Amino acid sequence: MKFGVIRFPGSCDEVDALLACRRVGESVLLWHGDRDLQGVDAVVVPGGFSYGDYLRVGAIARFAPVMEEVAAFAAAGGLVLGICNGFQVLCEAGLLPGALLPNTSLRFVFRQVQLEVVNTDSPFTQTCAPGQRLSIPIKHTTGRYYLPDDQLARIEAAGQVLLRYAPGENPNGSLNDIAGVCNEQRNVFGLMPHPEHAVDPLTGPTGGLAIFESIHAHVADGALV
Amino acid sequence: MRARVLVKPKAGILDPQGQAVERALPALGFTGVRNVHVGRLIELDVEDPARLPEMCQRLLTNPLIEDYEIVEADGANGGAGSARL
Repeated sequence: MKFGVIRFPGSCDEVDALLACRRVGESVLLWHGDRDLQGVDAVVVPGGFSYGDYLRVGAIARFAPVMEEVAAFAAAGGLVLGICNGFQVLCEAGLLPGALLPNTSLRFVFRQVQLEVVNTDSPFTQTCAPGQRLSIPIKHTTGRYYLPDDQLARIEAAGQVLLRYAPGENPNGSLNDIAGVCNEQRNVFGLMPHPEHAVDPLTGPTGGLAIFESIHAHVADGALV
Repeated sequence: MRARVLVKPKAGILDPQGQAVERALPALGFTGVRNVHVGRLIELDVEDPARLPEMCQRLLTNPLIEDYEIVEADGANGGAGSARL
């Protein structure tokens, strides 16, 4: 399968994302100013500081030409993974519910966190076991997941919360310890932790690999049908 | 028209920046200050002020987490006097 990783002005994790994708398939770089997704099977919106985080994190990137294509791709059921700044962009674009606010500590946090897989019935977590722990790093200043109470109850009931920070691990004040959510159709997923930084035993735990393996398994299953 | 858009965190959402400022003021002897919120000021010249609310909802603010107020600024530099639209 082929992944496409978007590069915006200010992206900084797109190369790690490309390499992480290559552990399970092929990957190509997509330029923010292009309207061509190059026939990829899944799109990764990577971490960084797209457009300098001007105005609000993710607010400007959603108007990039490539994002129109990503929105159409997602509407047609294509898999889209947003990591950190990518998660913020997908929320601003309305492809995911909620918003990311400054950490309650007002500090940049950079550390390894333990995550719990809440729902395995998704293309992004299907190779995990329910309750499985994943050790993945975080590095952000604006990662406090927020959604008004009524909508929060709705996404919880619909099983859209795929990952939570393990008890006592919440690094940013996210409501309900939410680390990653998907859309109602479960083909768009965003998370603040960086699975692409946790795929090589040379540099630490490999908890992030499960996300890429799940996407690969989902696409491979689809190809068989 | 010269307009100012005042953006602030939506009521009820935790505002750690406001809290930090509120905690810092007494250290300088400024007591009796409460409910501090830190937001953002956007100034712009617009030909059609009627379109300002749409600009606010689609780009200048995120309505999920922010409230805004549009204010008309007197004079080119915004002046001291201003009127709510």
